Amino acid sequence: MTAVTHTVDVDDIPPRAREWTRERIVGTSLLGLWLIVFIALVVYLITAWNPELFQRWAPAYWNGLVTTLQLVFVSIILGAILSIPVAYGRMSKNRVASALAYAYVYFFRGTPLLAQTFLIYYGLGSFRLQLETVGLWVFFREAWYCAILAFTLNTAAYQAEILRGAIQSVPKGQWEGGAALGLHNLQILRKVILPQALIVALRPYGNEIILMIKGSAIVALITVPDLMGQTRLAYSRSFDFQTYLWAALIYLAIVEALRHGIEWIERSLTRHLVR
Amino acid sequence: MSSYWTLISWGPEGWLDDIFHGVFITVALAAATLPVGLAIGFFVALAKQSREPTLRLAGNIYTTIFRGLPELLTLFLVYYGVQIGIQELVRFLQPGASVEVNSFVSGMVALGVVFSSYASEVFLSAFKAIPRGQYEGGYSIGLTGGQTMRLVILPQLVRIALPGLANLWLILLKDTAIVSAIGLSDILRQTGIAARVTREPFLFFGLAALLYLVLAIISSIGINQVERAVSQSEAKR
Repeated sequence: MTAVTHTVDVDDIPPRAREWTRERIVGTSLLGLWLIVFIALVVYLITAWNPELFQRWAPAYWNGLVTTLQLVFVSIILGAILSIPVAYGRMSKNRVASALAYAYVYFFRGTPLLAQTFLIYYGLGSFRLQLETVGLWVFFREAWYCAILAFTLNTAAYQAEILRGAIQSVPKGQWEGGAALGLHNLQILRKVILPQALIVALRPYGNEIILMIKGSAIVALITVPDLMGQTRLAYSRSFDFQTYLWAALIYLAIVEALRHGIEWIERSLTRHLVR
Repeated sequence: MSSYWTLISWGPEGWLDDIFHGVFITVALAAATLPVGLAIGFFVALAKQSREPTLRLAGNIYTTIFRGLPELLTLFLVYYGVQIGIQELVRFLQPGASVEVNSFVSGMVALGVVFSSYASEVFLSAFKAIPRGQYEGGYSIGLTGGQTMRLVILPQLVRIALPGLANLWLILLKDTAIVSAIGLSDILRQTGIAARVTREPFLFFGLAALLYLVLAIISSIGINQVERAVSQSEAKR
């Protein structure tokens, strides 16, 4: 006799309908508010669409965007190079070097980027005669070079702190282990410390790039035609508010793309660390 | 050429009184923005750590937008956008009238939304550092949700969030410099005027940088004292 085993289908208890708690009501209404804002934005941009305006300013916006990205790229690279001696000074046991590096970092992190930019672009005009005799006036006359200089000096201070923090986050035993293997200091730094430190530094570096892109908008105030500068120009010519909204959308798109890109890189680089 | 000391003296000859008015405006703007930004930031963080997905999404949209926009652009969006909006409204109600939007208020709103979106992230990570048992302990002795938040969670939250918030305050102080672009007479605008009139740009912009540095140093001292006071009142573990 074969025992027939009845398998009884026991359905899971049906999920309880989500109740309309107070939180859900508030959340849904806030989302509704955002939805209204987005719809209003889209409707406004569609109704205010002006082919003439677009044809006139789209190339300018593109040039501005390229200028912004160039400025950020060049300053980040130059800043990274400059940050190495500064970070070295910060970690050095030499009192003078460490004090100098500290003062540098403190000044550039403690004052607004806008004030630094003005100080370099307008301020160095005070030394026009001296600069002309050394032949550097051609450089400091151009807003573009002044912007690059100001941004490089500024980001070098921040990057030096990132680098220092990352290197110091690696335990001392790693240095000792390297030394026990007979490596000299530079080899230890390159083969043992930096691979571990740079993973720690990745997220701060990413944030610094994003901060630079956002911060670069202020060069519009010293007449560099970056994305913000073109936007201001377009607004002052057309008095059309959509010029600012387009700029906002472009900046938001860049920053979001970068943020997700950095997150992706970090995820793929730290796969071996996931527990 | 008049001497540097005359230029930066107090009185009709010098510019120091005008520049100190700028310092006052900068500090007032930052101080007025702080409580607004903290309050909004706290509520956004509350939304982002909620179990309710709609609330979380609404909070995340807020942070994404205002952390992604350049501060200067946010300022212009608020300054011109609100101006146009209000003008349309007034023209609709009463044709022929025009309004000026206060640049101080515009600056406050723009800096406030930026500050609050960063502050919400600080509060959020502080929320995550507080163990669930603290909430459960609160409920188990019969406190309501609001009471638990106010009497149990908030005092711990403030302590954990304090270093991050102190950092944001220093950033806020520096960010106020952009309001000079909409004509508010803060440090940078006042020194800029002085620089143009006297043709001594390096002196005055250098002075501006030093003034910001002094404000940062004073803030750091104040922050250290607050942190010490807070850590003393903390229970020993």
